[in-house]
Amino acid sequence: MNHLPEAWGRPRDDVYGAYDHSHLRPSMPNQHTQEPIVTGTSVVALKYNGGVVIAADNLASYGSLARFSNMERLKQVGTHTVVGASGDISDMQYLFDTALEDLVIKEEYQNDGHHLRAKHVYSYLSRVMYHRRNKFDPLWNVLLVAGWDDGKPFLASTDLLGTTFSAPALASGFGASLAVPLLRRVCPDEESVAKISRERAIEAVEECMKVLFYRDARSTNKYTMAIVSGEDNKVDIEWKKDVELQKQSWKFAEEIRGYGAQIV
Amino acid sequence: MTSIGTGYDLSNSVFSPDGRNFQVEYATKAVENGGTSIGLRCKDGVVLAVEKLIQSKLLVPGSNKRIATVDRHVGIAASGLIPDARHFTSRARNEASSWRKQYHGAIPVSSLADRMGQYTQAYTLYSSVRPFGVTCIIGGVDEEAGPSLWMVEPSGVGWGYFGAATGRGRQAAKAELEKLDLPNLTVEEGVKHAARIIHIAHGDNAGKDKDFELEMTWVRVDKANVVEVTESGVVKGHGRHEEVPKELVEEAEREAKKALEVEDEEDEKMEES
Repeated sequence: MNHLPEAWGRPRDDVYGAYDHSHLRPSMPNQHTQEPIVTGTSVVALKYNGGVVIAADNLASYGSLARFSNMERLKQVGTHTVVGASGDISDMQYLFDTALEDLVIKEEYQNDGHHLRAKHVYSYLSRVMYHRRNKFDPLWNVLLVAGWDDGKPFLASTDLLGTTFSAPALASGFGASLAVPLLRRVCPDEESVAKISRERAIEAVEECMKVLFYRDARSTNKYTMAIVSGEDNKVDIEWKKDVELQKQSWKFAEEIRGYGAQIV
Repeated sequence: MTSIGTGYDLSNSVFSPDGRNFQVEYATKAVENGGTSIGLRCKDGVVLAVEKLIQSKLLVPGSNKRIATVDRHVGIAASGLIPDARHFTSRARNEASSWRKQYHGAIPVSSLADRMGQYTQAYTLYSSVRPFGVTCIIGGVDEEAGPSLWMVEPSGVGWGYFGAATGRGRQAAKAELEKLDLPNLTVEEGVKHAARIIHIAHGDNAGKDKDFELEMTWVRVDKANVVEVTESGVVKGHGRHEEVPKELVEEAEREAKKALEVEDEEDEKMEES
């Protein structure tokens, strides 16, 4: 008889051999996220004299496979803000459906006539991102926060490291290399925002979505756009959903080796 | 109360020989001294209203709210001890929030009322606590049941209602609620009736010389969030709890006062003739 209680009711060592504890204990250290799995590509955004235009395509890729073609990656938070996410889709869904929903509901408890503005949402998100990076368990996203704040257009980004950055023209992912140079032609600095009309901004962002579709192999031709405007001190968010790219021209492809018809 | 001094009221959860729990009954008394709260379950939403007595002229108008938002689609109006009501709503918020975390959706109002009933009842069982000195009216609109209205009492009992009233003016308020065709009312009509009923309940009571503020909220479904409209016009979907717009409340109060004056004049004529 074994007098140790933890051995009671277990197969006897002298009959069945000692219990192999390695079945219970993992042989590897606990691993956090090492890479994103299902991903979304660029988010593009540009300020104009009465607000911000932000857009992201509707594709969620599984590696190089175009896995989900109707994944919206923009979310309205409260009345003043739209957040766009690139990177891991499940992390995005946690942020959009759980964290931000919770934030907005708890803000409504106060019922004091105040609402979260873009700056507050951005501050919250960047703190969450930095906190998770410090736990070595980052949320694998780049987030763009667009909105209307204190009588001015607001646009800023944060990423999986919790880095914060703001500029009148921003893009994440592939767009950081391809779209930002195009947007900076329209809007080189903060001063030039005042000269950009709503139509011009929409046109510039549409153009970027088109160029990104030409050159980014993880992108698609269907996208979602939101325009946050604050004209006459009234904040309004206009949504354009399931927009298809217009007037594509693949002429440029002919001259590129390995892109379209081969030229030796 | 005849049984005072018999010793069966000294500790919570102790029965008297004739099967009563005095601590719970005393808690109910505390509610009966509080300002009136009412709730109306209309076909396309729910209206909550309270008579908030002004304790001091130094208070900022609109402060010390007695109707709280629990989740997007649920509000709670309370009569009785305000700090107890605060704790009750705080617990309700936790329940609603944990439901969202677990099930990724809004809590049905019936489930919330059920959980709050269980919680309240637990406070009648132990000698280390006292029962809640509040009766809470829980109103909301969800996808499954549409508009629904529940009232949880200090004993932990909770029932669903078309019209609910509690607090010191509850008798007059209940009498008025019973006259209404609540299942076929719209929230806009409900708001007018609610204002009138609170004014009647106020005039009917000992505290009638004191000023009061009318606090009123509603839960309605935004057009974009309607899931179903039944044959009888019941709207189901994700409701939104918010304050009734100021203009509407003011208009409803004007009409309520006018209706009361007319009633008074008629009473006087009756007496004269």
